[in-house]
Amino acid sequence: MGGTPDSARNRRDLPQSAGIKDGDSSVPVWVVEYRNGAPLRQFIADFSAAWWSTDCSFNLRVEALFPMALRFEILGRFNRARAARLTLPHFTCQTPLFMPVGTQGTIKGLTTDQLEEIGCQIILGNTYHLELRPGSRLIDELGGLHKFMNWKRALLTDSGGFQMVSLLHLADITEEGVTFQSPVDGKTMLLTPEESIHIQNNIGADIIMALDDVVKTTITGPRIEEAMYRTLRWIDRCIAAHKKPDVQNLFGIVQGGLDPVLRYAIGGLSGGEDKESFWRVVAQCTAGLPENKPRYVMGVGYPLDIVVCSALGADMYDCVYPTRTARFGTALVPEGVLKLKQNAMATDERPIDPTCSCMLSRDLHTSIVEGRFPEFVRRFLRTQFPKGDVPKWVCNAMEVAGIDISECCTSNKCLVPSTEGQPLYVPVDVKGGVPN
Amino acid sequence: MRFAVTKVCGGGGKARAGALHVGGIGVETPALLLSTRKGLPAFVSCDLLASLPLPDSLLLHICPTHFIEGPPSKTISNIGGLHHMLGLPNHILVAAAGDSIESLPSSDATNKFGASFETPSGRRLVKPTDYVELISCMKPNLWASLADEVPAWSSEKRNKISVDRTLRWLDECIALNKASGMNTLGVVVGGSSIEQRKLCATEVSKRNVSGFWIGGFGLGENTEERCSLLNAVTDCLPSDKLRLVSRLGLPEEVLEGVAAGVDLFDSTYIYQLTMGGFALVFPVDTVERGMQNGVFESSSGDSTKINLRATVYRKDTSRLVDTCSCFTCQNHTRAYLNHLLNVHEMLAQILLEIHNTHHYLRFFHSIRKAIKDGEFDIFRQQFIESRRAHIATAVL
Repeated sequence: MGGTPDSARNRRDLPQSAGIKDGDSSVPVWVVEYRNGAPLRQFIADFSAAWWSTDCSFNLRVEALFPMALRFEILGRFNRARAARLTLPHFTCQTPLFMPVGTQGTIKGLTTDQLEEIGCQIILGNTYHLELRPGSRLIDELGGLHKFMNWKRALLTDSGGFQMVSLLHLADITEEGVTFQSPVDGKTMLLTPEESIHIQNNIGADIIMALDDVVKTTITGPRIEEAMYRTLRWIDRCIAAHKKPDVQNLFGIVQGGLDPVLRYAIGGLSGGEDKESFWRVVAQCTAGLPENKPRYVMGVGYPLDIVVCSALGADMYDCVYPTRTARFGTALVPEGVLKLKQNAMATDERPIDPTCSCMLSRDLHTSIVEGRFPEFVRRFLRTQFPKGDVPKWVCNAMEVAGIDISECCTSNKCLVPSTEGQPLYVPVDVKGGVPN
Repeated sequence: MRFAVTKVCGGGGKARAGALHVGGIGVETPALLLSTRKGLPAFVSCDLLASLPLPDSLLLHICPTHFIEGPPSKTISNIGGLHHMLGLPNHILVAAAGDSIESLPSSDATNKFGASFETPSGRRLVKPTDYVELISCMKPNLWASLADEVPAWSSEKRNKISVDRTLRWLDECIALNKASGMNTLGVVVGGSSIEQRKLCATEVSKRNVSGFWIGGFGLGENTEERCSLLNAVTDCLPSDKLRLVSRLGLPEEVLEGVAAGVDLFDSTYIYQLTMGGFALVFPVDTVERGMQNGVFESSSGDSTKINLRATVYRKDTSRLVDTCSCFTCQNHTRAYLNHLLNVHEMLAQILLEIHNTHHYLRFFHSIRKAIKDGEFDIFRQQFIESRRAHIATAVL
């Protein structure tokens, strides 16, 4: 092949073709292995150049191999819902799963033993807080966060971006990164995608998050589109900066406000939006994302939301809700919540939850694998809404998920559901919008 | 309830080892009562409590006045008593009004009707009838009668009144709760007056009680005073019955109490250490002390304890105490505890309370061993000397 010096360079990088049969003709398949320093875009650009420089036509199958420290195997399905085995460097998890938030290297008030006992598989650590105290370099010096807190299972760190924007008054987002005022000494500091990944490499979690351009979901207008494209550019920078791809998995976050656009980790949804918009965005995302990779809905929370999102095809969740609500004296029970600080509770001699071996995410996983997911959903809704007043948004979402919950709803506000087994197709128009 | 002295230290010493059987559980004395807040340790939850040394960690001090604000005594009774409500069916609950944290005796407000305590919800007056009703609903294994404890600087007159009241309330409590008379502990007060102390001790001995709660210490007396007062009291008590003392928490104070013939100790020392971010590190027996001779802790603490808030521990990946088998030492480092304290995470207090309790129970175990080996006096002397040597070194 002739061509430009660029394509000449590319030719030298390409290994010999394997000559694998594909269909009728013997098609040379180039297996291109890019080091993890090379951004995805660069790869596409390079390969396009090579493609155009050829003077013969041939079928091209491109497989980009980025060594991954993660394996995701789907074990069972019901329509869009899936139960899977997620193999991470430190632990093999079952999805759908919930990650409690251990902001500062600990889940408030629980020892690692107690966490293992209650079936916790993966904990979220906050990059922002950990970098502040004790510092990611110290953590790295002492062998990583797993060793520092003596947690043997999996860890996930966020990028630090969300706390910047939510905790700090003077956070300013530019193409370079997030500028903010250090809470320690008021100095102006800059968190770039590279710096975020560097900090997360030091902390050493199994899953790390790319820095994204976070926008409030309630914002509308051109800012959303700007944020979306900038997030994509930042993901490339994160991939380039990632030094431990063999032991740490990089998750990309896609934002976009409530306009359904391409997402992996589905971010920006945990505050302020109404439930009808919320479930539709999740549905849109899960429909558009690759099947074979885990989908993580950040900041989701309430048990009902988890069940609905799982029915729509999400796999991973995190939220401060259980730990925070516990600090306020509220217990989570199958029926909903128990506000234990109320006066009436002072003389109530009943146990908090007589059926307590309920672990929502474990039961979700098992019910999908064992082929009884719809029954699980129905039982869950019946317990939470004994009067049959299931919210309309849940009914709508379950229709899309293809789960018949008509027996749980006595309210005539619920939509009439379609027959089970025929998942409703959610049509998407050209711009990616979901019509009502 | 059964108590028997199993060994008395020879050479005229009054230190003794004993065996206490309550509710089917046997523990050896001298022993420590773990301090609680509303029935449970301040930070350690029930499941973690089970990982502490047994049967030592089964002894809990319950303060009935913690329950004044709730739950109502009727509810406690309906559930079946404190053991059931707390979920600790196998623990030995020893109840005595007043502690050093949340229920301080308020001698100014105490009057002929009842004893007054400073609680987080204000000052509360507790009458003998109310107290006995609470006790009968809670159903602890052992309980002390209501007492009028006065500080060391009280006037002679006030002191005398406190003795009279305490005896009167003791009789009232016994009369009101005849059913559990066998588990009643008579409280001995008397302030800083040797005469009153002896009088009170002698009088209480005449009542039909299972043992004696020596109160009124830790309220302002100096250490020399306390030693003579304490010994005066124990000299007047029958030697075959149980003796407890409140508010003697420091290792030296415990040794002093053991030397005076006390069997059980209730103190909030562990709680206060934990709140301060301290971990106990002193060597608990002669073997460990031999290892530590000549090697003293850095300036961030004395040889009793280390303050984990100190920056010197930021990167210290060693255990709190190498020879400790508690959960904290088996699983975590000083650096992690330093971090937890810095970021105000409650896990710090949980881990510290586990270690400090474990460590202190080991100390009591060493005391018991020394008594059984007939070496208590040597043990006590060596212990005190090793700590004084440290102070001397620090000064020089």
